[in-house]
Amino acid sequence: MGATVHEVNGVPLRAGTSRWRRALAWAPVLTMTVFLLPVVAGVVGTLLPAFGYLPALGGGTLSLEPWRTLCAQPGFATSVLLTLSTGFAATLLSVVLALGLCAFAYGRPSARRLGAVLAPLLSTPHSALAIGLAFLVAPSGWLVRALSPWLTGWTLPPDVATVGHPSGWPLVVALLLKEVPYLVLMTLGALNQVPAARQLDVARSLGYGRSVAWLKVIVPQVYPQIRLPIYAVLAFSLSVVDVALVLGPGNPPPLSVLAVRWFADADIRWYFPAAAAACLQLVVVAGSMVAWLGLERFVARATRGWLVAGGRGGAAASATMLIASVCGLLFVLAVAAIVGMALWSVAEQWRFPDALPSAWSVANGVRRLSGLATATWQTLGIGIAATLLALVLVLACLENEARAPRPPGLGSLWLLYVPLLVPQIAFLFGAQVLLVRLAWDGAFAAVIWVHLVFVLPYLFLSLADPWRALDPRYARTAASLGASPARVFARVKLPLLLRPILIACAVAFAVSVSQYLPTLFAGNGRVATLTTEAVTLAAGADRRVIGVHALAQTALPLFVYLAAVIVPAIVYARRRGMERWG
Amino acid sequence: MSESQHGALRLTQVRIELAGRELVPALDVVVAPGECVTVMGPSGCGKSTLLAFISGALDAAFRATGSVCVGDEDITRCAPEQRRVGILFQDDLLFPHLSVGDNLSFAIAAQVLDRVERGQRVSRALAEAELPGFEARDPASLSGGQRARVALMRTLLSAPRALLLDEPFSRLDAQLRGDFRRLVFRHAAERGLPTLLVTHDPADVPPGGRVITLDDFVK
Amino acid sequence: MMNLRRRVGAAALVMALAMPVAHAQTPAWTEIVATARGQSVNWNAWAGDEKTNAFIAWVGDEVNRRYGVKVNHVKLKDTGEAVTRVVAEKAGSRDRDGSVDLVWINGPNFLALKQQGLLYGPFTAALPNTAFVDTTGKPSNRVDFTVPVDGLASPWRMAQIVFVYDQKRVADVPKSMTDFVAWAKRHPGRTTHPNVRNFLGATFFKQALVELVADPARLQQPATDASFVALTAPLWAWYDTLKPQLWRRGAQFPDNGPAQRQLMNDGEIDMMIAFNPSEAAVAIHAGLLPESVRTFVFAKGTIGNTSFVAIPYNAAHKEGAMVVANFLLDPATQAHAQDLRQMGNFTVLDLARLTAVERKRFDDLPKHPALPTNAELGHTLPEPHPSWMTRITAEWERRYTK
Repeated sequence: MGATVHEVNGVPLRAGTSRWRRALAWAPVLTMTVFLLPVVAGVVGTLLPAFGYLPALGGGTLSLEPWRTLCAQPGFATSVLLTLSTGFAATLLSVVLALGLCAFAYGRPSARRLGAVLAPLLSTPHSALAIGLAFLVAPSGWLVRALSPWLTGWTLPPDVATVGHPSGWPLVVALLLKEVPYLVLMTLGALNQVPAARQLDVARSLGYGRSVAWLKVIVPQVYPQIRLPIYAVLAFSLSVVDVALVLGPGNPPPLSVLAVRWFADADIRWYFPAAAAACLQLVVVAGSMVAWLGLERFVARATRGWLVAGGRGGAAASATMLIASVCGLLFVLAVAAIVGMALWSVAEQWRFPDALPSAWSVANGVRRLSGLATATWQTLGIGIAATLLALVLVLACLENEARAPRPPGLGSLWLLYVPLLVPQIAFLFGAQVLLVRLAWDGAFAAVIWVHLVFVLPYLFLSLADPWRALDPRYARTAASLGASPARVFARVKLPLLLRPILIACAVAFAVSVSQYLPTLFAGNGRVATLTTEAVTLAAGADRRVIGVHALAQTALPLFVYLAAVIVPAIVYARRRGMERWG
Repeated sequence: MSESQHGALRLTQVRIELAGRELVPALDVVVAPGECVTVMGPSGCGKSTLLAFISGALDAAFRATGSVCVGDEDITRCAPEQRRVGILFQDDLLFPHLSVGDNLSFAIAAQVLDRVERGQRVSRALAEAELPGFEARDPASLSGGQRARVALMRTLLSAPRALLLDEPFSRLDAQLRGDFRRLVFRHAAERGLPTLLVTHDPADVPPGGRVITLDDFVK
Repeated sequence: MMNLRRRVGAAALVMALAMPVAHAQTPAWTEIVATARGQSVNWNAWAGDEKTNAFIAWVGDEVNRRYGVKVNHVKLKDTGEAVTRVVAEKAGSRDRDGSVDLVWINGPNFLALKQQGLLYGPFTAALPNTAFVDTTGKPSNRVDFTVPVDGLASPWRMAQIVFVYDQKRVADVPKSMTDFVAWAKRHPGRTTHPNVRNFLGATFFKQALVELVADPARLQQPATDASFVALTAPLWAWYDTLKPQLWRRGAQFPDNGPAQRQLMNDGEIDMMIAFNPSEAAVAIHAGLLPESVRTFVFAKGTIGNTSFVAIPYNAAHKEGAMVVANFLLDPATQAHAQDLRQMGNFTVLDLARLTAVERKRFDDLPKHPALPTNAELGHTLPEPHPSWMTRITAEWERRYTK
């Protein structure tokens, strides 16, 4: 209830402000074009060179030569296996951990603020966490320093591989740090559609323990709703570049890093195998999604008996408690990673095996911070521009949806997820060639546009549910009082949804700050954001400088998120009825 | 603010169906100015849908035929904000982000630009609702009965030509219900507004008022 | 009469030749400076070292102050990125207004651009300060990795392989690359080299190759399949015995020089190769290495080379780029660069061609126990042909990437 009918007896209604309504009707089309066109054009622009066709570089005929070069690359099989193993390990673990944590925490009074605690973690860019984690788990890193030499007796770091380990386990851990909170928040959001509390009460009255009840009753209902976010996590884990550059093995690296390395190679003949590698990455992601679907079916069939066998199990309770402890440990790791970087930014000297810096200098830290000024302004500018543009488009689409006869179908949800499911490397190269042709590469506007491609889905997904859940009778009442749809939008809907809007903007801004490959490709290196700088320096520049970068990377989205939480509280300080919004 | 020159609310051959199932069969009703007609029926039989049709907020899933007129004007194809048909719901739906005074001011027509004039109308409305001086209050700080009165005043301030009531008394406790009911009917009668009330509680029917039962028609 | 005039004329000629070439401001140069004013030069340079970044920023400020030319330091993770960009622009038919105005370049990257005709020039003859460059004692200023520069690139800093070690932890050092294996066996896991894809990592192998090969002169020729297999056989044999003794048992390598330096600072290794003789001193000063590190070279000499800046054919601001290139060769700039509080890079200039005032600037530079003197650095060995480096990289990956 809430959409207004446009026809009665087959005759269209006399519209009040039809100009606005016609303009709004273009919103979905414009939005789709803005964020799908680069993806589609980019994939085509990468697919063609993968088969040897790029006339500008001398590739005039289609051939399989790039693929042969790719497969003949030493360590190619290891690269692919590494990509698959780290990708699946990260996704499987994050799903298990997220669902286990929800099973443990749902309904417990102590865990009521779980969502609020996880949200700031989500606003931290992946690369900042990876850089912090690299310092944490290195054999000469903080964990070992804290325990040496009093516990371990080491005066020199042990010669053990952690960062860059061939199995890629630090890469998996770094991915988990963000993916678990993301899936937890998606699950909590999906729980709004399921009468979870009541069903749990019923199950518990039947004798099932809290965790087991959650696993057997809630998970099967909630899983279809988090399937798309899980696919996004899978695609990301398989194709991540910045985290792999910092923590992953280099010899051979995962497939996407290989592709980026070849793109940057001075010898242009490596373009074609690079494009082939990017296409292979796309195939790997698509195939993995199919495999995941098969895995779902298998698990569903295998656990069907278990679901109704009647076990009210203590095993599940201890398992979920273990999972919750692991999640707590991950949280501590994430916080320690950032704190470590914060310490480095004001440290003057910190030698192994000191647990804390031996010399401090806040003045130098501030001086290094001022060196970040350009990158910070550019990050801020791009983030704000992309977020505002996305906000305008999303609000237009949501408002159009409210006024249009047809409710959105599931297909549009898949379309929204496309930029999150297609690996970035697979379309960014093609997008760069397109931008060079338009003489637009390196322009700020081009970077903002490419950021918009990723920011828009996240903003839409964050805002859509609260927007649609707004009681439609407010709009009806306002209309009955004589307010035009525009007035209803500006004076009723926007103020009521201020908090969800600001939080969605904070999410979108955080997504923009995290972007590494898009800035690199679209900006042609002329646009430096905090993330690109941090990843460039991460390979071993002065850790004090890296610390300042990572800290700035973390602080910026965090401030925006805090503002998004605080501003509505201030604006509506004397309106108690607004507390329940958002 | 009483205008007794309102026309009647006329529903002609109004028929609403959903997915082939008829909810409101060809309904012909004329509500005279100042009269209150009650529509009753069990839940799910289309009472609220009828009100949605009249106020212009019918969901696209429904198919409706027929016409609605207020006085001489056929409002069937008008946009909701142009119909000037007030509606009161079960919940007061006072805008939580505005103060009581701003809520009331929201209803005053945009043509009344003079801020002093608007303020005076708001004060008069609050005085009528026996809530003098409540302009700056947060709606959430009012009791249920007080909010219901403010909601009524807000609807009346928009100078509607007809009034729709969607079970507005059911959230109030028994004591308040009677008082509020009398208040609503008094104001509607004073202003000569044709009123359509939807309820499932027979006690809500005004004395001597006509009653239409929808399930007589549902097959 | 005639004899006197001829004698005076000859004397004048001799005097003119004997005097150092002054700042010959040719009309063409003044025009270039005038055109350059107000331009904004995109200098694509590797940005992995904070000191170099700071120096580039200083250059930007000075050039802006004196010539009104702005410098935008485009920070690269790898010089290949700039080459890719120029190539992509050529592919996109962008023959003017290119996004790269000046690029810090060497070796295979320079060869790639030169071979594809993607460089502007020759332009170095137009720069007044080119006259000060040492082209005799430092042959790498004219020939970059056996590829004649032909005026298509202007030198700006010199490098020579040195080794840095922590004397608090180790007392003995290897005397040559052959000796390296024995040293590594005595200190297993305490040394490494950067990834072979990195310039410094490849140079580690080149130094070994130059020492292990029977006839180093053959390395000046491009490598062929046959000569590569034959000449590098002793190298791979040597490396196979060395690799298990390296840090992480040779399974993992730092990505680049600064990453390797961080390992030394963290205490994970005790000896490392470096390309900048003043690296240790600069790093100690900046707090990036412990005070106990020292620098040494091999008695038989180590590889040395020059860093250049080049201008792509489609650069949007060629004049500004030339002004920057000329400024880099200014003796005051070179002295500033050699100051180990700044970059600590040894100069490309011939000190003998400078005036006494300018030479004193170099003499007055601060000294440091970890800073070798010019005498200690000995003589440099020439670089092999770039094709050896690319082949070594590919062969290493083939052998050791599984």
